[in-house]
Amino acid sequence: MAYIPHTEVERQQMLAAIGVTTIEDLFEAVPASHRFPKLDLPEALSEMEIISEMGAIANANEHGSDYAIFRGAGAYHHFIPSVVNHTLLRGEFLTAYTPYQPEVSQGTLQAVYEYQSMMCALTGMDAANASHYDGATSLAEAVTMAVQLTRGKRSKFILSHGINPQYRDVTRTYNQGRDLEFVGDDKAYSIDELVDMLDDNTAMLAVGYPNFLGQIEDFSALAEKVHAAGALLCMVVNPMALALFKSPGELGADIVVGEGQPLGVPLSFGGPYLGFFATKQKHVRRIAGRIVGETLDEEGKRAYVMTLRPREQDIKRERASSNICTNQGLMALAAAVYLSLMGRNGLRKVAELNYQKAHYAADMIDGLQGYKVLRDKPFFNEFMVKTLEPAAKINDALLQEGIIGGYDLGQEYPYMQDHMLFAVTEMNTREEIDVLVEVLGSMS
Amino acid sequence: MVDVMEKPIELEPLIYDQGVPGRIGVNLPDSDVPEYDLPTELLRDELPLPEVSELQVVRHFNKLSTLNHSIDKGFYPLGSCTMKYNPKINEDMARLAGFAQLHPAADTESSQGALLLMHTLQEWLAEISGFQAVSLTPAAGAQGEFAGILMICKYHVERGDLKRDKILVPNSAHGTNPATVTMAGYSVIELPSDDKGNVDLDALRQVCDERADEIAGMMITVPSTLGLFEEPILEVLDMVHEAGGLMYMDGANMNALMGVVKPGELGFDVMHYNLHKTFSTPHGGGGPGSGPVGVNDKLKPYLPGPIVDIIEDATDDEPPLYGLVMPEKSIGRLKAFHGNFGMHVRAFAYIAAYGAEGIRQVTRHAVLNANYIRAMLMDTYNVPYPRYCGHEFVMQGKVEGTDIHALDISKRLMDYGIHPPTNYFPLIVPEALLIEPTETETKETLDEFIEVMKIIAEEAKTNPELLHEAPHTAPVRRVDEVKAAKDLVLCCAPAMPQY
Repeated sequence: MAYIPHTEVERQQMLAAIGVTTIEDLFEAVPASHRFPKLDLPEALSEMEIISEMGAIANANEHGSDYAIFRGAGAYHHFIPSVVNHTLLRGEFLTAYTPYQPEVSQGTLQAVYEYQSMMCALTGMDAANASHYDGATSLAEAVTMAVQLTRGKRSKFILSHGINPQYRDVTRTYNQGRDLEFVGDDKAYSIDELVDMLDDNTAMLAVGYPNFLGQIEDFSALAEKVHAAGALLCMVVNPMALALFKSPGELGADIVVGEGQPLGVPLSFGGPYLGFFATKQKHVRRIAGRIVGETLDEEGKRAYVMTLRPREQDIKRERASSNICTNQGLMALAAAVYLSLMGRNGLRKVAELNYQKAHYAADMIDGLQGYKVLRDKPFFNEFMVKTLEPAAKINDALLQEGIIGGYDLGQEYPYMQDHMLFAVTEMNTREEIDVLVEVLGSMS
Repeated sequence: MVDVMEKPIELEPLIYDQGVPGRIGVNLPDSDVPEYDLPTELLRDELPLPEVSELQVVRHFNKLSTLNHSIDKGFYPLGSCTMKYNPKINEDMARLAGFAQLHPAADTESSQGALLLMHTLQEWLAEISGFQAVSLTPAAGAQGEFAGILMICKYHVERGDLKRDKILVPNSAHGTNPATVTMAGYSVIELPSDDKGNVDLDALRQVCDERADEIAGMMITVPSTLGLFEEPILEVLDMVHEAGGLMYMDGANMNALMGVVKPGELGFDVMHYNLHKTFSTPHGGGGPGSGPVGVNDKLKPYLPGPIVDIIEDATDDEPPLYGLVMPEKSIGRLKAFHGNFGMHVRAFAYIAAYGAEGIRQVTRHAVLNANYIRAMLMDTYNVPYPRYCGHEFVMQGKVEGTDIHALDISKRLMDYGIHPPTNYFPLIVPEALLIEPTETETKETLDEFIEVMKIIAEEAKTNPELLHEAPHTAPVRRVDEVKAAKDLVLCCAPAMPQY
């Protein structure tokens, strides 16, 4: 029976040792009135049948193996080197638990330490944790940290409209039990206008880099102004863009969060993904979630261990800053393997491919009648296009030609009804881009 | 003591230390489009990532993996974690291109397979636990708990019942329970346990009498974190409901309940599931997990969204059209997109492999295995609650006449190739060792564990130093946790310029 190894003989031996006649005897403490209900589930399937049925279900989706994808909006179709998947499939990583017993978990612990280090390198921060569920929840946790760092005396949070709308939603959901004020995202305020909102009740100002609309805004003077108001600067970033562009550390950020999915994690219809969280050394004791540190064992061997444990729920309980327990450990491993393979040279090259292909696509689309690419700010691999036809109609036409088209921004921003967001990555060949342009051109 | 100036012995060098400038571990194409100038004033100067070859990466992570214990390697009786076999077929299914390469913002019509899978899983989970509706969005048990408490609170607020800001939590609860209450902006009233390991009914009765209108609800784990079915569970449910509160069940221990009792039928209003415990999705060294929530009709409108619903009914020729829908009065979004879909696929494959009868057998054998170990060890170690347990049980890690602690027994188990049980939890049992074998272990494995535990009890008397200094054969010996917290070395990347 599936993965249960017992034979009837063994069951009888075990029941005899326990001193009962049937397994049902073991449930005497369960209220008799409610015991042993029927389960209305299908019959068991053999492995062959599972493969057949689930294969059919999988085929009823339009996905990146069959279609060229030009949609981003928080999840990106990137190349994942084969070594990443093979590493994740190793049972020693896949089927291990949280490394609470460091003596038998050095594999997980050192891999996470290396992941933390690489995220520090990308973000220009001093310390990173072992992950949050995704970019949205890591922003929500940044709010918690800011509340603590301003000793609960400041309750205003300025969020740029340029931060992923779902992240701002989640941040509000997470903090509905607290007396906090979230402002700044009801309109497309500029960075200067957000700065004007700073006051001595502001705990944190958060911006996207690049923002959800693909743009890279001018942050050259931002940190100074935020700090002058006594607030913290949080940047919500696309880690792949950081292979090219100045690190948030260099721009003066205090907290860096974002979605690590571009770093070796498949699209997988939205999850599991990888929330990362990095900050300056002086704020380390306020980080939520697991964090791995270096130490020695009794014999002087270098060893890794989860540290600053008293912050966590199992020790602090109702005084913990966050209830996070299980995080996204295997995805952090994926990012560590990805970043090791790509390294200093490969990640830069991939990021450049993204930039070049996106700018080629943008140029070509901008040259079409009936389309206008918004180019007032620099972009990395994603850009906005104003269209005459509705997004749904455009995307239907593109699907016919094997293309999953841009994201309909009208869904999220009421003032962007006729705008689409196109992402172009290293996975898009010139041929695919040319077909995209051709189909778009044929519609106007 | 180690001389600080010595270079420590390494098990495996850091990936950063293995690089040589110019190396790369991937094979990338050149650009096939015209070249555009990069905005040089916006670019970074340095990118301090490793520079290693592909084979170096493979060897490095392979070597690291060998330093771990894992379910695939050996017995892992970690109580409350349900370390059952993680079926490989589930990994294959999750990696089908139709699932792995599906964009989360795909058009509704483009993702009917995925939406059908999620809708079916919602229904199966609801059926298993006797609830009316399920949301798959929470990314882990703790997020599921958070959703549950937010739903309970919204329910009361909508009724104008604004004074209810307390949640009752037994002192045996998993740490995430009280932490969740605080996160939601509420306060915990902690309840003691009686000598049978149940929630102290007198204490509960008193709180419900004296503070009824403050009580938003209660969180309780069934079976309890001691692995025991709370005998007066129906009374507990009644008392809290009478006081006007709602009942939340922490579903971490579902492995003891499937086909035995449905929490929804008992009267619970909401519970969370741990797909990475009961439903075999792999722990991955600390996640990802998935913590769906099930609710009755009372709380259905408040589910965290989006959930999957039928947005166009089936016709004679067409199947129904599934879509993502935000429940009318949802507590809101808890994460981007719609949950850890990759784990939904795995749980779906798991339940499909078992079917109704198989799911029932999972629980029967999980409970059989735990009771077997309990019966065979209760003469060697103190088992504080001498009654049938669920899928796990607590014993005390002490040996009479010795100074051995639970910690020492745990570390010594490693020398025998067995992962220690959960230590020092639940908090109400001193020197607790919480043992959960799961249903996928053979009798031989259990007998070996029993034998080893008996040997260790002997070693405690004849050679206690062996235990105090264990482990002896693990890749590292006991680590200096004080040093780790004091020195706080959290990053090995080459130092960035100070900005």
